[in-house]
Formats: sequence, structure tokens, C-alpha cells
Amino acid sequence: MSHRSGIIENDISAYLNAQAEKSFLRFITCGSVDDGKSTLIGRLLYDSKMIFEDQLAALENESKKHGTQGQNIDFALLVDGLAAEREQGITIDVAYRFFTTDKRKFIVADTPGHEQYTRNMATGASTADLAVLMIDARKGILTQTKRHSFIVSLLGIKNIVLAINKLDLVDFNQEIFEQINQEYREFASELGFDEIVSIPISALAGDNILENSENTPWYSGPTLMEHLETVEISSEQNDFFFRLPVQWVNRPNHEFRGFSGNISSGSVSVGDEIIALPSLRTSIVKSIIGTKGKKNSAETGEAITLCLVDEIDISRGDVIANVNDRPEVTDQFQAHIIWMHDDDMLPGRPYLFKTTNKTIEGVITELKYKVNVNSLEHESSKILKLNEVGLVNINLGEPIGFDAFNNNKVLGSFIIIDKFTNNTVACGMINFGLRRASNIHWQAVDVNKESRAKQKHQKPKVLWFTGLSGSGKSTIANLVEKKLHAMGNHTYLLDGDNVRHGLNKDLGFTDVDRVENIRRIGEVAHLMVDSGLIVLTAFISPFRAERQMVRKMMGDGEFIEIFVDTPLEVCEQRDIKGLYKKARAGQLKNFTGIDSSYEVPQIAEIHVNTVDNSANEVAEFIIGKLMA
Amino acid sequence: MSLSHLELLEAESVHIMREVAATSSNPVMLYSVGKDSAVMLRLALKAFAPGKLPFPVLHVDTTWKFKEMIAFRDKMVEDNDLNLLVHINAEGVKKGIGPFSHGSAVHTDIMKTVGLKQALDKYSFDAAFGGARRDEEKSRAKERIFSFRSAQHRWNPKNQRPELWNIYNSRINKGESVRVFPLSNWTELDIWQYIHLENIPIVPLYFAANRPVVERDGQLIMVDDNRMPIHADEKIMEKMVRFRTLGCYPLTGAVESEADTLEGIIAEMLLARTSERQGRVIDKDADGSMEQKKQEGYF
Repeated sequence: MSHRSGIIENDISAYLNAQAEKSFLRFITCGSVDDGKSTLIGRLLYDSKMIFEDQLAALENESKKHGTQGQNIDFALLVDGLAAEREQGITIDVAYRFFTTDKRKFIVADTPGHEQYTRNMATGASTADLAVLMIDARKGILTQTKRHSFIVSLLGIKNIVLAINKLDLVDFNQEIFEQINQEYREFASELGFDEIVSIPISALAGDNILENSENTPWYSGPTLMEHLETVEISSEQNDFFFRLPVQWVNRPNHEFRGFSGNISSGSVSVGDEIIALPSLRTSIVKSIIGTKGKKNSAETGEAITLCLVDEIDISRGDVIANVNDRPEVTDQFQAHIIWMHDDDMLPGRPYLFKTTNKTIEGVITELKYKVNVNSLEHESSKILKLNEVGLVNINLGEPIGFDAFNNNKVLGSFIIIDKFTNNTVACGMINFGLRRASNIHWQAVDVNKESRAKQKHQKPKVLWFTGLSGSGKSTIANLVEKKLHAMGNHTYLLDGDNVRHGLNKDLGFTDVDRVENIRRIGEVAHLMVDSGLIVLTAFISPFRAERQMVRKMMGDGEFIEIFVDTPLEVCEQRDIKGLYKKARAGQLKNFTGIDSSYEVPQIAEIHVNTVDNSANEVAEFIIGKLMA
Repeated sequence: MSLSHLELLEAESVHIMREVAATSSNPVMLYSVGKDSAVMLRLALKAFAPGKLPFPVLHVDTTWKFKEMIAFRDKMVEDNDLNLLVHINAEGVKKGIGPFSHGSAVHTDIMKTVGLKQALDKYSFDAAFGGARRDEEKSRAKERIFSFRSAQHRWNPKNQRPELWNIYNSRINKGESVRVFPLSNWTELDIWQYIHLENIPIVPLYFAANRPVVERDGQLIMVDDNRMPIHADEKIMEKMVRFRTLGCYPLTGAVESEADTLEGIIAEMLLARTSERQGRVIDKDADGSMEQKKQEGYF
């Protein structure tokens, strides 16, 4: 920063005022491994004098130890901040770096190139306005270039800089530059970018980074820094209608009730008429509190607290919007998702969906197709694996107010969270709402569950036996049913024999089919409980998520989970049907306990031990628990 | 007209704080009394105005903080009607742990890192705000805004949750927690500019004044009380000094300076050729030492 020392020494106040007015650009660098992303950032920081002496000394030290540039400074070490990254010489996670010039402040996210770290690349891209896509001039466009372009376009970035790097290694050949430029524009034509600017550079040597290079007399465009300092990011959000996702209801006392959040688009003024979603109640803006106190109007991006003229019921998760142009309200929509976890995405499995201000349970009802991120072709699939992109239909437990992601990034985006591990497993971008559910109404009936149960003198419920193959589920369930029957109860036992051969004979044993198997059994059990029966089910039902899903279908106290806890060794020793032997020999795929997992229940109502007790003792124990 | 970069940073921080207040059941704000904490506190007051802070502030006192820091802390608590919790590692005190007797690494680990973990466990906090910034250090540059910690308070840098847009995943299982960094995207200059713009009070130690110091291992260490052993070859000197960061007084090097106004400090910072963490003894113990400490539960 020394070139500004004159101004700083002379008039610090003027300098500070000028700083406060600066605009802001967030961008990412992406592209293939070894295309020089980290080197470019190191170069930008170094050239804009953002590296302090102690950091430079440490860098020189480390360059000698881990660097790949011989005795020269390895700029990549500046951004690869984790010990594992420096040792392996690769970027694992996104790093955020900061630099400033006289015109702008920048946050740059250096994102990993390896396919296995795509989720970290998406993390960096989600908050960026622009992407600098690096290409090694010697290698041209690689599949990673295409994959990153696609991810970047999915996440709504409209401005691309194609930095054709290492031009010094191809003698600053203009033809090579033009050829890559042309080829990329053809590839990117269907990705919906507003602007692609191609710049010939050498990140290592500094050509066309800050100053125009003498080595490229044929290039008359801006240097990288000139472009970053002046590029205008289309700010459509500001022209869009007013939206305030309510994040927090501020109620310090009886006199004050305000709705806090950041304006995701448009602007609002005192006196405006607003509507709250999904309740559709309307009111007038009474006052606006910004970060500097009361104000008459506020615009996109501001953190505000809104007070209304009427006392209408609004809570966290609602959206306050312009009354003349409101978001859609739906519980079903179509969206692109990027799957980010080692556990596969399974349609039908309940997940948590977190939008900007609300967390709701829901399911992915259908995977329409997955996109081959390297060729952009659509491929059919039943599941999504780590780093795969798909177009899906989603059904939420309750309606939300939303806009299409293309119109409003904030109200059109969501993440998906695993209910049990709480990991973020995916991110999604909403395309449009689906309205099929609104046409199916429940048939109101006069004879209901209560009247049917009363006639049978029993409380309908499901006894859900879960455990490994050979644990004794069917044997015990059978004994329990006999005892219940003898006591005059109306019961029905669902097990593999009467379900797998009929209702579910089209299903196999993959994870996807196991989820569907349990969903159907759950629905059948639900109908039987509705008819007043006591239903017993004996299925391995290995996954917590599906057992939880069935539990949710039933009323309070109607779902009794019985964990038949027999250790794998014991089951395998018993091996009544000879299945374990086959599985061990590799003749049976996806066998629970061998090459498919069993998730032990955490909240089973009844837990039984078949090692120390006979089947009959266990059955008596269960009856005792049920009577208690 | 769109927002300036400081207005954008401010809005982002406020959003983060409200999100934690709305989704965590027992949040707390770490208050270290320094300039970053001063900004974080101001932002929190704005986020919930006209209401009070919906969470307490926690100071992990190592018993070796500058006297002026403690006085300043107590004044801030009174002026802003804060619910302050102070935690001191009583076991460490009993064992007489200190930077002079046990060295910087042991002292920081026992009195700061272990003390912090004790406090988080004691009150069962499930979310804790920290004032760390990504521009401070390389491993911080890699950390998420909502940073997940295991029940043992450990950070796993190789397997962080993806963090998309401004949708933060604060969900945890029992015993686990999140550290939340609302100032992640602020730089040191942003902090000073904001203090200037908003007229935020800061500890007087940031301003140059005549203070008694000793030169030790190339650092100027202030003699803040009589617990500091003065070696035979050392001499207490009165020097015009100030501090760029604040921590335990024996571990915080002063810089010689004439800057006794905010403008003077900022001018000096802009012309500086060394980073602010250089005055911290703890960072230099080993290559990648911050990452190591963070994995063990340091903020």
C-alpha cells in the first residue's frame, strides 16, 4: 500500500471517506488442478501490496520447504492454509482472501479443482458475483473447466473471466489464445452467462495482471485487474419487487413488535402496503429501523426491522412482500440440486430443507434426471451420488413463499440437511412450483378410526419389529400376535412372505428399493391402523430415516418400535435360511450387516434381548410392556 | 444506489447474529475486550435494537489480562446493560499456571483454551460467537462462518460442512456446538474504518502513551503489574508505545508509536509493513500452529 502513503500521511480523513465509498466485488477463481488459481491469487495479493513483511518472510521460508518453484516464492502457499494442503500441494477447501485497490474492495475465494472437493467449490461460488475461470494454455479446455462452468452457472453467476494462463509457456501465441476463446464460447453458449471476457495472462510472471504485457501486442483488452476494478455486476435484485424474509421477531416489550431480516430484493418505504406469506394477510409499513436507527425507506441488502400498522400474525419463516407482486406459495416445486455427501440421495427419504429463514421436513419425490457435469447430457438415474447434479421434484411438509432462483437468489435457494447427522448434504435452486397436490382433497368419512376401534374394543397401533436378518423378528412377532389374538384383539401380521411376494414384488434390495419397500409397508400399516387393527410388522427396516418416516405417519402413541437386538455373530451363527453364507460368498448383494448397513434404533419403545431369553420369554415381555 | 462495502459487511454480520439467536437454544457471545469484540458488540446491539441482547457475553479471563482491559470491560457492561459471565480456570489458578512460570504455550492452552471449553460445558452453550476474521491467518481463511465443533470441541478442517449462500446450518446433536464468526469477511482495515465511522469506544491501550516496558526476545513487553520478573540484564524503560492487538500482557508485544488518535492509528496501520498477529507470541510456536490450536478448541 506504500504507493498511497502520501495521501495517508497528508489527509487521513479524506482517505477514510474515500475508502468508505468504495464498491465491493466478490469473485472466485476456479478451473482445473494446476492451472494456477492459487498462484494468481498470490500474485494479486503480492502486486496489490497486501502481503506484510512477516508474512513474506514466512512465505519464503515455506517455499523452500514445501514449494514447487525451486528457490522462487511459491504464491500458492499463501492461500493453501491447511497443513494437509501444503503437504499434498493441493487445495482441499475454499480460502477467502482480501485485497483492496484505489477503486474497489475485493473478496476472492480460491476454490479447489479436484472433483472430490466440488462441494467446497460450490461453497465459494455461492457468494460470488463473478468467476475467474483459469485455463492452462497448453492444455486448453478440460472436463474440469466444463464442470466448473456448469456449477458456476447453476449457482447463478452471470459474469465470467476466462483467464487463459501460462501463455509464456506457449510463446504468447495469439492463435492458441483465440482458439481456446472460441471453443469456450461455443461450449458456454447454453449456460446463460451475461458476459465472458477472455484475457491472456501469465499468473507466475505477471503478464496482463496489473499492467498490459509487452509480450501480447495483439491483445488490446483490459488487464485482469482493470477488468475486476470496473466490471459492472448486473444487479437485477434491486429492480425486483420488495421481499423481506422474516428472520427474527423483535418483541422487547408490549409496545414494540418488529419483524427483522435482510431485504432480499427491491425496496420498502414507510406507508407501503405489504402482504405476509403464506398467511396472505396485508398491512401497511408503520416504521423502519435500519442499522443507524429509524429511516423512511430501505433497499436491497439492508438489515432492517419493520413495524406494521396492524397487529397481524407473522413469525420467523414468513416472507413480507410487496402487495402487488408477491412470491408464489407452494409445498411442491421443481429444483436443481447438487448432492454434496458420501451418502447417496434417495428419493422418498425424509430430509430437512432449510430455506433462507425456515427449516421444514420434506422428501424428494422424483429424480427426473441427473446431469453429466462433464458433457451436460441428461442421464436417467434412481439416486444421486456425491458431487452429482440432478433435476428433482420436492414435496415439503408445509408451504413456503418462494421465487424462482433466477429471479431471486435468496428466496429461490435452499440446502438439504440429513435429519440424523445434521450434515449439509445438498444445495438446491428452485425452478418453479408444482400444483398437483392442491387438487387432491381428502374424502371426509363418517365412520372413522375412533368408531372402528371402539367396535373392536382396542386401541389400534403398529408394533414395528426391527433387527438384523435372523434376529428372530418374525418368530417373536408371530408369538406376540398369537397371544394378542388369544386375548381377543383384532390383529394382522405383515412380514416378508406376504409383502415381498405381492405388493412389493417389483422391488429389489438396493438402498432405493429398501426405502420404497418400507414406505409402502408404512402406508399399508397406516390404512390398517385406520381400520382399527393392531398391526405387527417384521422387517429388517435398516434405516433410521424410514422408521422415523413411518412413525410420523401414525398418531401419537400408535407407533411402537421394537428393537430385536441380536448381535450379528449370533444371527450369522443361526443362519436359519442360509443367507449369511451366501452373502459372505458374494452370491447375495446388499445384505444387511454384511455389505449394507443397519442403523441401530435410538428411541425404540421396547428393546429385547434374544441371546439370554427364549422367543417365548421375549414375547411375554413385550405383552407385559403393552399392557403396562 | 447500492450499499457500500462497509454497509454490506454490517448487514451480513447482523443477519448472522439474528440467525443464531433464532436457531440456537443457548447462544453466547465471546467477548475478549479487543477492537474486534468492540465491533462485534456494536453490531449485536444494532441487530436486536430496540431490544436487549438475547444472549449473555462471556469473558474467559486468564488472570493475566491488562488491568485497563478489565476496567474497560466492566464499563462496557454497565453502559450497555450486558449480561456478563466471567470464567476463570480455577484449576489452572490453583496450580499457579502463568506465562512466566510455564511459558506461553502451556499458559494459553490451560488458561485460555481449556478455560473456554470449561465455560462452554458449564453453561451448555450450543453456539458461541467469536470475533475472528479470515484475513488474520491462513487457517482462519479456510473456516466457515458457522463452524461445527464435536462434543470434544474439536474442529475438523478436512471435513467442513458446505456453506451455501447465506443459509447457515446450525443444527447439532446434543453436546456438539457451533462457533460462529460474524466478522469473517471483515479485514483489519474494515474494523478500524468502522470504529472510526461509528465512533466505537476501544480500550485506551490501542492509543500511544508513555508506558513502562521491557525489551525481551525482540518484543516490547509492558510491565502491567509486579508479577512480572525483571531479569538482571533488563531495564524498565518509559516509552511511547501502543498495542495493535490485546491479549495477556506478558504475551503481547507493544510497538513504539506516536499515534494517540484514531486517525493516527489508522494511518500507522495503513503504512505498516508487518501484520497485526506479529505481536502475538503464540502464533510463532510452529508452522501451522493456529490450525493445531483451533483443532484443539482454541477460538
